[in-house]
Amino acid sequence: MNLRGRRGLAHTLNGPQELGHGPVFWVCFAAVTVAALAYPAFGSVFALSNLANFCLYVPMGLGLALLWGYNGVLSFGQSAFFAIAGYVYGVIAGNLIDVPGGSLLAVAGGLGASVLVAAVFGYFVFYGQVSGWIIPLLLLVLSLILETFMGQTAGYQWRVGSVLFGGYNGMTGIPSLQIGEWDFGGASTAFYYLVVVLTLLVYLGLRILVNSRYGHVVTAIKDDVERTRALGYNVNFIQIQVFVLAAALAGLSGVLYVSWGNYINPASMGLLSATLPVIWTAVGGRRSLLAVLLATLTLRWLADTLAVRGGEYAFLIMGVLLLATMLFFPEGIVVSLARRYGGWKAPTGAMNRSGSR
Amino acid sequence: MTNRPELTRTDGVLLRTENLVKAFGGVTAVDHLNFELPAGELRCLIGPNGAGKSTLFGLLSGLHRPDSGIILFKGEDITRLPPYQRVRRGLCQKFQTTRIYRDLTVAQNLLIAGGARSRGETNERLEWALSTLRLSEELDLRAGRLPHSHQQWLEICLTLATEPDLVLLDEPTAGMTPDETAVTARFLIDLNEHGLTVLVVEHDMAFVRLIAHRVTVLHYGRIFSYGTLEEIEANQEVRRIYLGEQ
Repeated sequence: MNLRGRRGLAHTLNGPQELGHGPVFWVCFAAVTVAALAYPAFGSVFALSNLANFCLYVPMGLGLALLWGYNGVLSFGQSAFFAIAGYVYGVIAGNLIDVPGGSLLAVAGGLGASVLVAAVFGYFVFYGQVSGWIIPLLLLVLSLILETFMGQTAGYQWRVGSVLFGGYNGMTGIPSLQIGEWDFGGASTAFYYLVVVLTLLVYLGLRILVNSRYGHVVTAIKDDVERTRALGYNVNFIQIQVFVLAAALAGLSGVLYVSWGNYINPASMGLLSATLPVIWTAVGGRRSLLAVLLATLTLRWLADTLAVRGGEYAFLIMGVLLLATMLFFPEGIVVSLARRYGGWKAPTGAMNRSGSR
Repeated sequence: MTNRPELTRTDGVLLRTENLVKAFGGVTAVDHLNFELPAGELRCLIGPNGAGKSTLFGLLSGLHRPDSGIILFKGEDITRLPPYQRVRRGLCQKFQTTRIYRDLTVAQNLLIAGGARSRGETNERLEWALSTLRLSEELDLRAGRLPHSHQQWLEICLTLATEPDLVLLDEPTAGMTPDETAVTARFLIDLNEHGLTVLVVEHDMAFVRLIAHRVTVLHYGRIFSYGTLEEIEANQEVRRIYLGEQ
């Protein structure tokens, strides 16, 4: 191994920090990619739209995997960044509906708002040396405060330009993303392709990141903050960078969500929405991007299928699944199976001397 | 803190503390300490338990903040700099208990350690150290599975990966066998002869005898005595406080 970290892209993509190596994995990966790209040729519009909906949550899940699994910071606030981006996109896109490129500006605005809030929040939390156990609670509070605030925005006085916030009824009629002639509405094939390509790019991009030297440092901070600081790293700044990246990915999911459904309401920041990304990440295995990707898609599908038979008990099953995973597969189902049957030897994240995970 | 002109003269002094004070509650661990370390020296810091040795290391590396006093490194006042800024200026510490990334391989440990200050050139001193300590044969092994002595050596190599001008080694031979201690001593002498300034805290007097040219004795957070090894060993007061002789 080259100690200076000058390794090829292929080597970095295939590095030890992520599950899935070797020809078999990459052949399967290529087959699934081809199948996903070919699906519009035979899938119904309804099925495409559903699958696009499942996929659009993947960036948020992968962001949490990076933040929690690799950097050791649990967050119950990804929903806040999801919704901030969604609302800001709605406000800008709604007001610039007739302006060419208006929805692209709205995407930039939505992502920018999430990044800004995360950067300010992260600055105070990480430079303030807030305890690792307090951060998830603070983020949950942020999400719930935003939910409460947005819930009371009913009435004509709560508007920006021509766009009403709508209180608990939510913001409706949000224009879908539009680039030139292409309209990325929730039922369109274009939107399906956009979401699938973004999912792949985010997954492969994060795979490269976690296997790079920077990714190793991100993991090192989780394993031993003080040691990493004593090797010359500005740990607080790196933690903010990771936090902001995770928030931007949640924001990306938020923007895609409103482009898909043309609607967002405060429930997207509620307790349930705040908990779901944590469930996807924990059930799959926070220490692997692939595990979280698979868990996000599977659990979104499961929740959707169960919801048809009765919405409330779908959430109950999610809760049971989380508890069962924590009891029987503390590392997550996919990661545990990969260790048991695939011989994967990535770090366990076991408690170290500094007491952090 | 201002950089007073008379304090910025180096005169071959790499590290200097002036009136350094650190108290924990009612206990003054480091008490108006004035300490100097010339460039290129291999110095041992000894003293009874509670003398302030590890606290001094914490102050030098930036993990503790002093209550008063200043620390000069290469003539620059680094008293208020965070730890990572000190490492980037060339000052790196090995902790008392082994602090390596146990779940990662030796190569991954070194990859992390070499990132913050790497100039993109081959770190010849590190390559030499890995080869000398035979860690270059263990690059793909998980660090937590190495024998204890190899873990200690790996942590020394992690400090070398940061391309330091001064390394602070807190009990580098703790838990080692006499043979391993001798290897470590020879290694540190060679390392020092490669031009690296080394400051070692050590309890094991046999090890101190193997490596030290000069020894500083700390007691109650102050310098109790300083001199060559022979002078220190001949000093009756040192023998009384440190070696327990009547």
